[in-house]
Amino acid sequence: MHSFGQRANVLLTFAITLLALMCAIASVSDNFNSLSPHAHVQVVNINWFQKKSSGDDEVSLSLNISANLESLFTWNTKQVFVFLAAEYGTPKNALNQISLWDGIIPSREHAKFWIHAYNKYRFIDQGSNLRGKEFNLTLHWHVMPKTGKMFADKIVMSGYRLPQAYR
Amino acid sequence: MDWQGQKLAEHLMQLLLACFAVVAFITGYVLGSFQMMILIYAAGVVLTSLLIVPNWPFFNRHSLNWLDPSEAEKHPKPHPAISGPKKNTTKK
Repeated sequence: MHSFGQRANVLLTFAITLLALMCAIASVSDNFNSLSPHAHVQVVNINWFQKKSSGDDEVSLSLNISANLESLFTWNTKQVFVFLAAEYGTPKNALNQISLWDGIIPSREHAKFWIHAYNKYRFIDQGSNLRGKEFNLTLHWHVMPKTGKMFADKIVMSGYRLPQAYR
Repeated sequence: MDWQGQKLAEHLMQLLLACFAVVAFITGYVLGSFQMMILIYAAGVVLTSLLIVPNWPFFNRHSLNWLDPSEAEKHPKPHPAISGPKKNTTKK
């Protein structure tokens, strides 16, 4: 502490060490937050359902997506990425996941939402397995904190079924 | 900055920064604002550096009292040649 430069150095080092400690505690404090998100998705309409020339099934859906993800937000949350995936099994693949819609929620104010959407990304099966297929719609989310570890979770909504015939 | 001043500066720096860190964290947590925590802490670091880094007069209140030159001349150093044969006996 004998010179100007040394005092500046010691102060800056100690300040940054404390800042790292504060960030670590902020990250730990997220664990005290209880998560109670809920979501509901309704398939309003099957717009069309056909077999492509390549032999793969493709379907277009209209969806009503309502969700309340406010409880995912804490003071240490930067943003939340959500996506809705159709999940089903086929003889070839035990689990097929097809992302139908996604979005970035920048703040708690936007975390309670209701939207009507067509599938943003194409719902195409690898093969011709979709007729009469029962599938789950799963809302996945990834929470991106300001400091600390990113984490993900999901809500599985089951009981959706595609029609027996192309239309 | 004298010895006492350096000790004071170091202790004061640790105390101030730790206090600002605690206050900033609690305020940020209660208000639910990460930005508020960073702003309070940044203000604290600036304030602490203004207080600690410059060589303020109150860090120099315990100056070392060097022996006056005239006083030193009355007690001349022993001549090096005298203590020549036994060099290793000088201890501090």
